[in-house]
Amino acid sequence: MLKINDLHASVEGKAILRGINFEVNPGEVHAIMGPNGSGKSTLASVIAGKEEYEVVKGEILLEGEDIEELAAEERAHKGVFLSFQYPVEIPGVSVTNFIKTAINETRKAKGLNDMPAKEMLKLIREKSELLEIDRKFLSRSLNEGFSGGEKKRNEIFQMAMLEPKLAILDETDSGLDIDALRIVANGVNKLKSKDNAVIVITHYQRLLDYIVPDFVHVLYNGRIVKSGTKELAHELEEKGYDWIKEEVNA
Amino acid sequence: MANKYTEDDLREELKTKEYEYGFYTDIESDTFPIGLNENIVRAISKKKDEPQWMTDWRLEAFRAWKEMLEPEWANVQYEKPDFQAIAYYSAPTSVDPNKTLDDVDPDLLAMYKKLGISVDEQKKMNNIAMDIVVDSVSVATTFKKTLGEKGIIFMSISEAIKEHPELVKKYLGTIVPQKDNFYAALNSAVFSDGSFCYIPKGVRCPMELSTYFRINQAGTGQFERTLVIADEGSYVSYLEGCTAPSRDENQLHAAVVELIALDDAEIKYSTVQNWYPGNTEGVGGVYNFVTKRGLCEKNAKISWTQVETGSAITWKYPSCILKGDNSVGEFYSIAVTNNYQQADTGTKMIHLGKNTKSTIISKGISAGKSQNSYRGLVQISSRADNARNFSQCDSLLMGNDCGAHTFPYIEVKNKSAQIEHEATTSKIGEDQIFYCNQRGIDTEKAIALIVNGFSKEVLNKLPMEFAVEARKLLEISLEGSVG
Repeated sequence: MLKINDLHASVEGKAILRGINFEVNPGEVHAIMGPNGSGKSTLASVIAGKEEYEVVKGEILLEGEDIEELAAEERAHKGVFLSFQYPVEIPGVSVTNFIKTAINETRKAKGLNDMPAKEMLKLIREKSELLEIDRKFLSRSLNEGFSGGEKKRNEIFQMAMLEPKLAILDETDSGLDIDALRIVANGVNKLKSKDNAVIVITHYQRLLDYIVPDFVHVLYNGRIVKSGTKELAHELEEKGYDWIKEEVNA
Repeated sequence: MANKYTEDDLREELKTKEYEYGFYTDIESDTFPIGLNENIVRAISKKKDEPQWMTDWRLEAFRAWKEMLEPEWANVQYEKPDFQAIAYYSAPTSVDPNKTLDDVDPDLLAMYKKLGISVDEQKKMNNIAMDIVVDSVSVATTFKKTLGEKGIIFMSISEAIKEHPELVKKYLGTIVPQKDNFYAALNSAVFSDGSFCYIPKGVRCPMELSTYFRINQAGTGQFERTLVIADEGSYVSYLEGCTAPSRDENQLHAAVVELIALDDAEIKYSTVQNWYPGNTEGVGGVYNFVTKRGLCEKNAKISWTQVETGSAITWKYPSCILKGDNSVGEFYSIAVTNNYQQADTGTKMIHLGKNTKSTIISKGISAGKSQNSYRGLVQISSRADNARNFSQCDSLLMGNDCGAHTFPYIEVKNKSAQIEHEATTSKIGEDQIFYCNQRGIDTEKAIALIVNGFSKEVLNKLPMEFAVEARKLLEISLEGSVG
């Protein structure tokens, strides 16, 4: 599904990723953990194609194809989805209108016609129920005045609607109370299949109690310094990141 | 970087994208020599076979105009037009006074088709009665018969002067007097055509009435005059659209619109203004100097909605005089400026009656090197007890070279007044664009989405058919403007 080889990336000349290697196969859930400033969100943005980040070296392969030269929307059309840590507000554009546009633009890129209104409505109903989203919520302006929980739930709702191959959840647990966390995690679990993959970026082990990863990677100073199974996350929860830093610096 | 389509590419492509309505139709036309004097004014009046009172009214306006100076207070900069270098009358020669739709010049009809307003289709599909003014003369008024059955009069103002002189005489110039301002005086002297509409007492006009204006000939000005009278308890929704061919020289458009809403009447007046804005270097484009004003009697309501995307210079303040008690005035505006366009637009709400209410929602969108100003006056007179106003002025900026300005004037002479004013300025952010991109929406579409969202409150006020056109226009006007 996703293969990253020796990825180096910088922003405004400052190197942030310094040689990332990892591979995600269909059906897998990978967690990326690490202390603040280790490059977790940068990695997510680089995979999604944010222009400010310059890939200096290495390659990002999606199903064998190098996507480095593709614009963000083209990567989205190929099934890359990023759940933002800080989703932006778009005043006057309803949640429904936004997702409708996103779906139809993706269909257009694939040479398909707009999704018939009836089908769209059915899909919206289905997915909003899955995430326990109130119908009134769907007509509100995108992220405007949303609580932290509503913003994240909306991100996962969009993920459910777009059915991506590769979903990257960037700090989806931040700003969520325990109930919202459970709903969001349940949503993600229900969307998981043998054909898609999920990368969960998180600070804490908490989310991983709900979305159980197959692999855990620790990012530090722009490199993956340790990989393991879900037990590694527990270890980090107990001991913090200092022992990792010491190990690396030793 | 083989197949990466950057914003620079987009901008490059859009540079070559032409003004969509910039075609010129080769129709034989009858154009007066350039210049303006009393003889030209008389000749216009004669050409239109007008009665003596109308000729005198024009001459009075012309004499006043000669003594007036062009206003300079607006936040716009341009080379003043040479009023002696303009032809004040241009008419397609194939207009017959006894015309029916079948007699309309096929070239003209083809032009309407290009504009997407085939008269036939309009008749059948849209339930819109339409008057089309090309250069100076009203060419085709559809649906006359259907409206006639309800007693509604909808015709060119030239016809109305002949057929309903009592109504024209009674109301013309009562809201915008001949000497109101420089351009209104000029218009009063030389107006060549325009639309006239009268809705009788208690009648609800069953369809949208619509006028389409187009400047075709080079070196001509367009000075149309619109007069809408809604008698007691009546209702009418009126639409107005404008286009002009692309030309290197600046063309002058100085229109006057007068609305009269008698007791309990309601007039909804919507404009989509898409005059040629000039090219990307700021060469050419229409000077749009327009005076629009409405009067509300008791319990009456006037609602102005405008989408202004065209013109090199816009100077326009559709206003309401809330004379009657409990009358209501509304102004909903979207003004878009791109490249070197300049707009100074807004409204005046004059509260004279008791319990009068006004609402102003203005959305300014500036891109390129353009300047976009909102200028509005809310005036509460000493007799206007319990007057209320709510104003909201939002500006959206795209890029770093454009400007947005707000000039709100508030004059209150009655302590019971309630006035609210809100203003915001925002900028389309890289983050918003990336968010949309990540969901599969390309940059161009993302801008359209964000701008439509920003303008939503005003777009929602437009009649359906117009809202679709307005949305498209917003997209066309702003393509490639984020950097």
